[in-house]
Order: sequence, then structure tokens, then C-alpha cells
Amino acid sequence: MSNAIEVQDLSKRYRLGQMQAAYGTLRDSLTRTAARLTGHEQGHNREEIWALRDVSFTVREGEVLGVIGRNGAGKSTLLKVLTRITSPTSGRAVIRGRVGSLLEVGTGFNSELTGRENVFLNGSILGMKRREIQRKLDDIIEFSGIEKFMDTPVKRYSSGMYVRLAFSVAAHLEPEILLVDEVLAVGDAEFQQRCLGRMETFSGTGRTVLFVSHNMQTINQLCDRAIWIDGGRIVEDGDPSDVVTHYLRSSYATGSQISWPDDKTAPGDDLARLLAVRVIDEAGDVVETIDVREPVGIEMRFRVLRDDLQPVFAKIRVLDRQGDIAFNAMDTRTQAEGPSAPGVYVSTAWIPPNLLNEGPQRVDVAVCTLYAPKLHQRAQRYEAVTFTVFDPGDGDSARGLFTGDLRGTVRPLLEWSVERID
Amino acid sequence: MEAHAAIVRCAGQTGASSSIAAVSQTQLEPPPEEIIVDPRDDEAHLQPDRRTVVIRPASRWPHLDVRELWHYRELMFRLVWRDVVVRYKQTFLGVTWAVLVPALTTGVYVIVFGKFANFPHGNTAYPALTAAGVIPMQYFTSALTSSSTSLVSNLQLVTKVYFPRVLLPLGAVVVPLFDLIVALPVLLVLMAVYDTWPDSAAVATAPAFLALAVVTALGIGFLLSTFAARWRDVPYMLPVFLQVLPLVSGVMYALDQIPTKWQWIFSLNPMSGVIAGWRWALLGEAEPNWGQMTVSVSVALSLFVLGLAIFRSFEPRFADTI
Repeated sequence: MSNAIEVQDLSKRYRLGQMQAAYGTLRDSLTRTAARLTGHEQGHNREEIWALRDVSFTVREGEVLGVIGRNGAGKSTLLKVLTRITSPTSGRAVIRGRVGSLLEVGTGFNSELTGRENVFLNGSILGMKRREIQRKLDDIIEFSGIEKFMDTPVKRYSSGMYVRLAFSVAAHLEPEILLVDEVLAVGDAEFQQRCLGRMETFSGTGRTVLFVSHNMQTINQLCDRAIWIDGGRIVEDGDPSDVVTHYLRSSYATGSQISWPDDKTAPGDDLARLLAVRVIDEAGDVVETIDVREPVGIEMRFRVLRDDLQPVFAKIRVLDRQGDIAFNAMDTRTQAEGPSAPGVYVSTAWIPPNLLNEGPQRVDVAVCTLYAPKLHQRAQRYEAVTFTVFDPGDGDSARGLFTGDLRGTVRPLLEWSVERID
Repeated sequence: MEAHAAIVRCAGQTGASSSIAAVSQTQLEPPPEEIIVDPRDDEAHLQPDRRTVVIRPASRWPHLDVRELWHYRELMFRLVWRDVVVRYKQTFLGVTWAVLVPALTTGVYVIVFGKFANFPHGNTAYPALTAAGVIPMQYFTSALTSSSTSLVSNLQLVTKVYFPRVLLPLGAVVVPLFDLIVALPVLLVLMAVYDTWPDSAAVATAPAFLALAVVTALGIGFLLSTFAARWRDVPYMLPVFLQVLPLVSGVMYALDQIPTKWQWIFSLNPMSGVIAGWRWALLGEAEPNWGQMTVSVSVALSLFVLGLAIFRSFEPRFADTI
């Protein structure tokens, strides 16, 4: 089988000074040039960043490759180089076939033009030929579900309609190689599902896809292979479920406690500041891992800086290894009381035993006030702490004597009633 | 669909290799099955598109890939179409403005410079002389302004999709040609009123002088849009330049009425050549000084070549610096 994409030692360097100059004025740049010529230059603008460093991989024809990594890891730069929007500093890449790239939906939409006119404009921008667009026009309009508004200028569209039309054009792009960046993260859930279905059909027809996403479930579901990029380098390349698991585990490196010694830099606003968050066991000790049969506490320390009309309370959100939300929970006890007096509070949420599934868990925390129906997050921290749930396999957890993979965000130990009826 | 995949795979096995040598071979010989594979006949037009793209660091020497430009001609057409369609959207008078603007400008010039200041106009009636200067000058102003800002005003495209960026300034100088065509009746009416008709052979050269304006606008447009991709000074700088330009291009007076020594200096400005040429071609004025015209054309061509070279050499970095 031949390769659709071959990437060899691809590197891309950005000069920090250069990037800053882009936001500066001409005068700044002239003074800097003058300083350099007269030898008075300070070395501050010589700093360089390698957004990509010696990246090599190949994608076979018909393969669906997922690219994962944190923000700023180099995923988008990789995509920008492969789509030729920017050129690499060194290395090379070869792409064989008609390429379609989707770095966002609705690129080049003009708000003065009608829906129909924008289909033609956007289609051309995405690389479709006029005949091709004409042939697909009916399908595109039908898929968008906004037939009635095709002759209305898109500036009169709601944002939902806009996205539907934009995605509909994108979904009808039929290149041999598709490079996609996170575009599925738009629209309502039902529409997203439809788009995902469309992607699956697309990859089912033997076409090559390179897909950047933050949604691990989508990566698992759609991709044949995944690569994980960090700091501009490939960390791992292999089976998507392995790569996803390793990636998620690594991003839990923040550990099971975090604190902000300086109030000024702590997350929060004029009302509340987060001071510390810890994962503790029943004895009150900080733990990295917890037995599935034991309760685990998320202890938050925060400062209330002034009086407010409503109580100030803690809220947590637990996410599983796939990045799916297991649950949201908030301190309902404080909520029921009167306003909180200024001072330092410690609030601990106890997660009951036999609730979470095994594996890494991530906790987002927030300090909130409630002006019903609005919940205001006054201080918040995503991925504040992490911990891992393990099951020693003694047979008294929900796993019983089973040792294989038990899927699910939660894994409660249920009451089973069984009787023989015949 | 299955059959499609199977054929590609079989054929692929022979060429499957990750070495660079194999890559360049594939480039030279596109696998033959690609032309016959696709069972969906109506998509056959997709096939010629199939090609190998090699991405590598941008070369130091700028060159213009004409084949690639040709490949993107439909996008160019679509971008021009967009700008033409959008131009007078949500205006009460619509495309009438394309006639009104030169007509009103000519009117003001006639009153201020023709009547009060009594500018020299040679043998031709002042209103016709001025209109023949105003119309190409208005084209140039519009073309230069939009080509200089073309990269920035299409920022979303530049940072999100690939296409030869040359299309943007190029499209920007084409769009105002539509205005110019719509404005021509203003000149024709004045020519009829003052009964100044051109030499029939000279008329044929009018498009050539217009082309001189296009090339000049494009050359400076390349330079300024490259500059504007990094610094946003252009929108402040350009209007000053464009206000002075009609004064030194002979829009409101006949150039051959000024001292010859000055005429040579003015010929460094290609727009003075454009206007003198137009008046000769359309109004039957005296033949332009061909020596001065050669200077104008050389300046325009140098600007064009220089502009294109600079534009192309900065092109790979536009998406990073814009």
C-alpha cells in the first residue's frame, strides 16, 4: 500500500522577537534595527521557539490518523505546514492526491452575500470546482437544513444557521486526503452527530484523513492510528486507544495537590481566591491513588475577600480518562446558608466509594456564587488536581472476579436481587 | 468503491517505499490507474487535479509559478466576483455611484480649476480633458488602495487556506476595472458635447495605456501589501500619496502645457503617461512624447518586477506575520 502523506524531519521555527514585532509599530522595528546596527542591541528578541522539531511519520492511503496533544504542542503548526499555509524551516513532506483542508468552517464567508452565493464562494476557497459545486448544490442545501434561507444574506443568519451552512459545504468536500482541525466542535449535538457520521462514511470509502482533535472519544472512534505531539516532537505513534491512554495519563502530571502561595497570582476575582486544592483519603492524607472501595475527598481552600449578598461555595467537576464529564457537584450546604463572611474557608467534597471507574480522574474546581438561575464562577482552575482510582481485584468491588476491561465513566457497586423463578 | 480501493492498493505495492528517491519517481510518473479508477463518471473531472505536492522550506529565490496560478484561476474569478457583487450592496444608488463619482469629481475640477484657476487645457475642451484624466486616475486610486490592503482584508483566508497569495492583489486591481467601464459613458457624453473625436487608429491603443495603469497599481500594490502584512501604516500613508498624485499626473491640466524640463520629471510617474496616452487615444490630443512614455513604461515595469519579487519572497511568511 502506498503512502498518501510522508513527513520527514519536518521542523518549524518561530522567532519570538519576530512574533512580537508583528504586533509592534514600524517605529519599534526601526529603533531595533538602529540598535542592532550601532551594536546596542539587547539580546532579548533573539529567542526562538521550535513549534515543530524533526517530526517524521507516514500516513498510508486510506488510513485515518488522529493527532493529539496539548494546546501549543505543535498540532496546529503541523497542520498549517501540511496545508502549505506556512512553510517549514527544514525537512520535507510529500502529499500524494487531491488535498482538502478544513482549518475552520466557513472560511471566507461574506456576510453581505446570500447563503447560496456563499456556498459557491466557500466551495471555491476550499478547492472545489464550479461544476462540482453546482452538482452538489442540492445536497449541500439539504444537508444544511436551511433551504428557506438560501437567498437571504448570511448576516441575517443566526450563528447556528451560519455554522450549519458552513459545515454543510465542508462536508461535501471530497478530496482524497482530508486535513481537519477540530472543526467538529461546532454546532448543536444533533448536527455534530450528523457530521461525525459523515466523517465516518468518508473514511470508510478508502480516503486518507489526518485529524486533529481534543476529543479523545472521537479519536478513538474514528482513527486507525494516532500520534501524540508534545513540544513540537512526536511522543508516541501507534494504536489510538494506547496513545490516548498514555497521553491522558501524562496530562495528569499536575499531581494531587496544588497551591497558590501568593494571593495576587491565585485564580479568582475581587470576591474569592483559590488558595489550595488537595486530593485526600479518609485519614486526611494527600493521595495520588485511591482504592475504588474507599471514599476520596477533594479539599479546596479559598479566601472570601469581601461581603457579598449570596453565599460563596465550592464546586467540582470530575472527568474521566476520555475527557468525558463524570459529574458536577457543588456544596449545597453552604448554598442554603446566608452570605459568607470574609475569611479563609476549607471545603471538602467526599466522593463515595465504588462510584468512579478505574483509571485517571481529573478534577476541575471552582468557587461560585449563585444568583439564581445564574451560577457565577468567581475563581476557577481546570485540571486543578488529578488522582488515579485502582481496583486491587479482591472480588468485593463492582468488578467481582472479572479481570478484563470494564468500560464506563462510573462503576457503581449495585444491589442485585436474584431469585430463581422456574 | 471497494473496487476502487482494491486497484489502488495493488498498484501501490510496487511503488511503496518511504525513500526520497521513490518519492521523486512517483512525481514524474503518476500511476496510470488513477485515470480509469473512479467508477463515478461525473467525478472524472476530479482526476486531473490529482498531483503530488512536495512541501519544503521556501526557496530563497522568488519565482512565479504560472501553472499554479492557472490552476487557481477559478478561485481568482470567484474572489473578483465576490468583490464586484459586494461593492455596492446596501447602497441606495447602487452601481450608479460608479458613474456619479467621476462625474461629480470632474464637475468640481471644471469649476475650481477650469473656471476660477484657469488651468491650461491646450486645444481640447477643459471638461473632456479633465474627465479623460479623472477616470483612469480614479481607477488607479481604487486599484492601489484595494491591492495594498488585499492581504490584510483577506486575513482570514491567508491564515486558514492555501492558495497563491498573488491572487489577492491581482484580483484587487481587476475589480475596479468594472467601475471604470461603467464610468466610460461620462467621458463619451462629454466627447459628444464638445465634439472631440479621436483618430480612429489611436483609439485601439487606449487599452494599452490602461494596462500601464494596471501594471503600475499592481507593482506598487505588491510592495505595499507585503509591507502591510507586517505593519499597519499603509492606510495612513496611502491617502496622502493619493491626494498629491492627481496634481502631478496632469489630471486637471494638459501636461504638454508645462515646461519640457518638468515634463521629463513628471514622466517618472507612470500615471502621467497613462493620462497623456488616454487623451491622445480618446480625445485626439497631440501625440505623447514617446521618449517620456518609455520612461513611464520602464518605471512601471521596474515597480512591477521589484514588487512581485519582494511579494513572492515574503509570501511564505505572510501567515506568520500578518
